[in-house]
Amino acid sequence: MARYAMAIDTVRCVGCMDCVAACKTENGVPEGYDRDWITYESTGQFPTLHMEIRSERCNHCDDPPCVGCCPCGASHIHERGGVVLVHHDKCSGCKACIAACPYDARFIHPDGYADKCTFCIHRVEAGKDPACVAVCPTHCMHFGDLEDPHSEVSRILASRNSHALVPAAGTKPQIFYLR
Amino acid sequence: MNEIVSTRTNPMIDPAIHIWGWEIPVYLFLGGLVAGMMMISGYFLFRGRQKEMATSCLTLPLLSVVLLSLGMFALFLDLAHRWYFWRMYMTFQPASPMSWGSWILLLVYPALLANALIRPPAWLTARIPALVTLSERIGTRSATVKFIGIANMLLGAMLGVYTGVLLSAFGARPLWNSSILGLLFLTSGLSSAAAFVHLVARDEFEQKLLAKADNAFLTAEIVIIGMFLIGLLSSTAVHIEAAQLLLSGPFAPVFWVFVIGLGIVIPLIVQSLAVNHKVAHTPVAPILVVLGGLILRFVIVQAGQVSHWTRLFPSH
Ligand code: SF4
Ligand code: SF4
Repeated sequence: MARYAMAIDTVRCVGCMDCVAACKTENGVPEGYDRDWITYESTGQFPTLHMEIRSERCNHCDDPPCVGCCPCGASHIHERGGVVLVHHDKCSGCKACIAACPYDARFIHPDGYADKCTFCIHRVEAGKDPACVAVCPTHCMHFGDLEDPHSEVSRILASRNSHALVPAAGTKPQIFYLR
Repeated sequence: MNEIVSTRTNPMIDPAIHIWGWEIPVYLFLGGLVAGMMMISGYFLFRGRQKEMATSCLTLPLLSVVLLSLGMFALFLDLAHRWYFWRMYMTFQPASPMSWGSWILLLVYPALLANALIRPPAWLTARIPALVTLSERIGTRSATVKFIGIANMLLGAMLGVYTGVLLSAFGARPLWNSSILGLLFLTSGLSSAAAFVHLVARDEFEQKLLAKADNAFLTAEIVIIGMFLIGLLSSTAVHIEAAQLLLSGPFAPVFWVFVIGLGIVIPLIVQSLAVNHKVAHTPVAPILVVLGGLILRFVIVQAGQVSHWTRLFPSH
């Protein structure tokens, strides 16, 4: 069993949005919709302000509430790597999964079904990195298997400080931000 | 300072989710109202009082079929991938309240139809004479009538609680994330159903009895709303912020004026005076109760979508 995850370096990220553009191109994301996006978060008091820039997307949570709440069995955990996906032709568009996601990572595709980041599972199964990871000009994103202690993502998470987004929401998010 | 700027602009998601408009509150209200109607008429069937309680046992079951169907139609309109709605009936997902709800709804219909068959109205039997023999067969056996009464009470309770659990199971929306919401919606449904009988019953005894019952339901509702808010206020920062949406935030005027004031407190006072012969029974109080029940669903559904986990904590 694999457990796919991402480690994203907030120190290197410049917020250029290449990952956003790459995702749109790779996955045909309709205009006006985002499967991934950039968040700028400023904290502190002037003059000691701190800004973190993050490339965000579905966290492919290990305990995903968006899967349990689905009445159609459309929202599911893929057999490989714990990736959370939606069977478009099983989805009724009830939007329960959107309400269930604390990160608001999902949206309703103009065709009516629930949609979100797939970790580019079609590329991963072909041995490639997700499009956003592959295209990043600062090489700030790392994708891989957490179950394998020698994978790039495991090694970098072992050697650097990182945080996940709002772990208190209880979903066990699998995107880690390096700082 | 903690300021978050995001480039995400997904429709219905940003800046706060707004996935459910009027359809879901209307569906939850009608579901709760029908639940209350089933429990009231089921109770009188169980006690063998269907002859005295003409409105509760004659009007409510058939009306419930119509109201529930309207509610399900509203739900259908809400689906973004409408023509795939049958997918819900191709599977049972035990972890999904919505899946439970869609199957409970399927069980509710036969219980309501059996209930209606005990005393079908004249306009119906005139058209379908076969109903008379069927109704005689069911209605004269007191054990069968009792069983139908129990089935209506049980399924009504499940339906009413489900309309709240549907929302309370969403841990991501702190305002909804209280298990007492099921009880609140069930009690509000009972209160609206009793108010409805109070409003339309012609028999004075039935009208008064249901007005008294409604006063009890309204009192229970105030207590439950109090417990709901105390539960949130004594929880985490996100839950406190969620409660404040109702108590002092953007939803406070509607919550205090229409849900608490006009929807519960004023009709409770007026109905208490009426059952004690201080004032006459008028339609005003029960109409306020029914409208208050509808507005309660709107406020909870809309404020719940605004309540949030992620904007409160600095992430680094
Ligand atoms: S981030 Fe949201 S959509 Fe993605 S797996 Fe977690 S709960 Fe589900
Ligand atoms: S919108 Fe689709 S994927 Fe989401 S819970 Fe409803 S049926 Fe499942």
